[in-house]
Amino acid sequence: MKNKPKKRPASRDVVELRLYVAGQTPKSLAAISNLTKICAEYAGEQYHLEVIDLAKNPTLARDHQILAIPTLVRSLPVPIRKIIGDLSDTESVVVGLDIASAKEKRRAARA
Amino acid sequence: MAGKKAAAVRTISPLRKAPTGIRGLDEISGGGLPRGRTTIVCGGPGCGKTMLGIEFLVRGALEYDEPGVLMAFEETPEDIAQNVASLGFDIQDLADKKKLFLDYVAVEPSEIQETGDYDLEGLFIRLGSAIEMLGAKRVMFDTLEALFSSFSNAAILRSEFRRLFRWLKDRDITAIITAEKGENTLTRYGLEEYVSDCVISLDHRVKDQISGRRMRIVKYRGTKHGADEYPFLIDEQGMSVLPLTSLQLQHEVSNDRVSSGVPDLDQMLEGQGYYRGSSILFSGTAGSGKTTLAASFADATCRRGERCLYIGFEESARQITRNMKSVGIDLEPWVKQGLLFQESWRPTQFGLEMHLLRIHKLVEKIQPTAVIIDPITNLVSGTSQKEVQSMLMRLMDFLKGKLITSVFVSLTEGGASLEKTEVGISSLSDTWIMLRDIELNGERNRCVYVLKSRGMAHSNQLREFTMSKEGLGLIPAYIGTGGVLTGSSRLAQEAKERAAALAEEQENRRRQHEMNLRRLNLQAQIETLRAELAEAEQRIEATAQADEVREDQTKRDSAKIAKSRGA
Repeated sequence: MKNKPKKRPASRDVVELRLYVAGQTPKSLAAISNLTKICAEYAGEQYHLEVIDLAKNPTLARDHQILAIPTLVRSLPVPIRKIIGDLSDTESVVVGLDIASAKEKRRAARA
Repeated sequence: MAGKKAAAVRTISPLRKAPTGIRGLDEISGGGLPRGRTTIVCGGPGCGKTMLGIEFLVRGALEYDEPGVLMAFEETPEDIAQNVASLGFDIQDLADKKKLFLDYVAVEPSEIQETGDYDLEGLFIRLGSAIEMLGAKRVMFDTLEALFSSFSNAAILRSEFRRLFRWLKDRDITAIITAEKGENTLTRYGLEEYVSDCVISLDHRVKDQISGRRMRIVKYRGTKHGADEYPFLIDEQGMSVLPLTSLQLQHEVSNDRVSSGVPDLDQMLEGQGYYRGSSILFSGTAGSGKTTLAASFADATCRRGERCLYIGFEESARQITRNMKSVGIDLEPWVKQGLLFQESWRPTQFGLEMHLLRIHKLVEKIQPTAVIIDPITNLVSGTSQKEVQSMLMRLMDFLKGKLITSVFVSLTEGGASLEKTEVGISSLSDTWIMLRDIELNGERNRCVYVLKSRGMAHSNQLREFTMSKEGLGLIPAYIGTGGVLTGSSRLAQEAKERAAALAEEQENRRRQHEMNLRRLNLQAQIETLRAELAEAEQRIEATAQADEVREDQTKRDSAKIAKSRGA
């Protein structure tokens, strides 16, 4: 109860990401490394990434309606966005996640 | 690699099959779908693809103890459960018993963005966990193609599908995937290229406002299968396919004879009636007594304690029962005793195959020894004669195969040649009984004759067919100089002949009497002459005696005279 008012303004900018992978496949590993790179560059500290290994947690694939691997889900801010693939195309990931603005903002702040 | 191959060759065995439990499909596919392989079921919208797949799963779970997984891409589990509830399948119950697992795969186009390489491992994981959970042996995808609208990289999809089919095969899963029909191809996305073991095509066509469903096994690698189009039906008992042409001309035959229900008609058929298991055709013009003859056969069948199925396309069961009472045939007790089953429906109610299928199902249910179809003529409406002929041929074969005596009633239209049946099945039937009206002197009389009856020395006589409260009877028709006469003209002719005979007899008697008289007359004359003769003889005798006496006297007199002179 106490923390709620504090969290609310923060969550507006926070990017909640979930990356679904299946075991240590090259595609999954590539996606993880690509994503961390992109996030570091564009989202700064404003993101929260959770990597879910469906090989360990198969029912989650059903519960979260995941088909393609890797799948990246941006659950926050709404609307939910899904990106599939190894995230090798940085630009489209940035556009897809709509996180370019964060970098712009930071750049603007530095200037 | 080489060693592996050799091992595979050694363990070669006939294709294993997974029975579908769908009536007829197992028959035409020679035992079911290829076990451990994937079958494509393709067809246009509303052709019954999903039904087939779900029935395959449900029957597998219920009848063969093979749990199944349904991956639904288009409909939610609630929708599916509702859809198949009408077929009597309780999917929820099966799901609760862990016999069936429904995974609804939400496919949202446009929401997904693609960057770089990916695969469908998520699908594999979902499927794998479901199979593991149930120990599933069967899987159905409805329809995998939906993924094409969700993922733009067709190359990845195709390779993943290929991987999926292999994956299923490795797990010995018998799978069905449904696929939408393409423009000129079996499936819109050419899935048949990957799955080439078994392809079943379904079709739903409407002809003259009557719909008909058909199924065809386009391909079934490594096994013999029926290649024709088979009609099928989806009703409250699920799906049933009619294995029509799988029947061959190898029926058992019986030497047993069954009564036609009309003793006089039996008399015309060597005095014993029809052969059991033969097909009998009654043809004739309107009102010539075909239905009555058919009902009388039904009556005779039930009287023997056998079951009879009467299918009416023109009259309702009650109407037939009522009408037959007027000719002394009471069918009601048989209905009550569960021997007579009357079914009536309109010929236009469904397509031909549906009729055939319904009859099949009724026969399977009732197990009658006689089936009557009255009339077959109406079936022609809305379809071509050829189709009707082939349908009836199949029906006849089916019934013959079960040694069921079948009676087909055919109406001959006015003007048409009498010896021509509407649907050209006369050559197929074993016994053909023709009923005709003879119009003469302002009345119409019914005549019956046996046009043909295979395997017996039947009568060649034309008989007059009479119906009265006492029942049916056949009277030998008058065949004489006046031609064939029936009814009152036959009676008149007979009376005339009787009168003529009487007159002749009287004349004869008169002539006989006359001659007798003459004979007596002559005899009398002979008597008279004889008397005269006797008299004449007497007279001659008398005269001769007198002459002698006189001569003697004369001699004596002369001597006396001479003595006296001489003396």
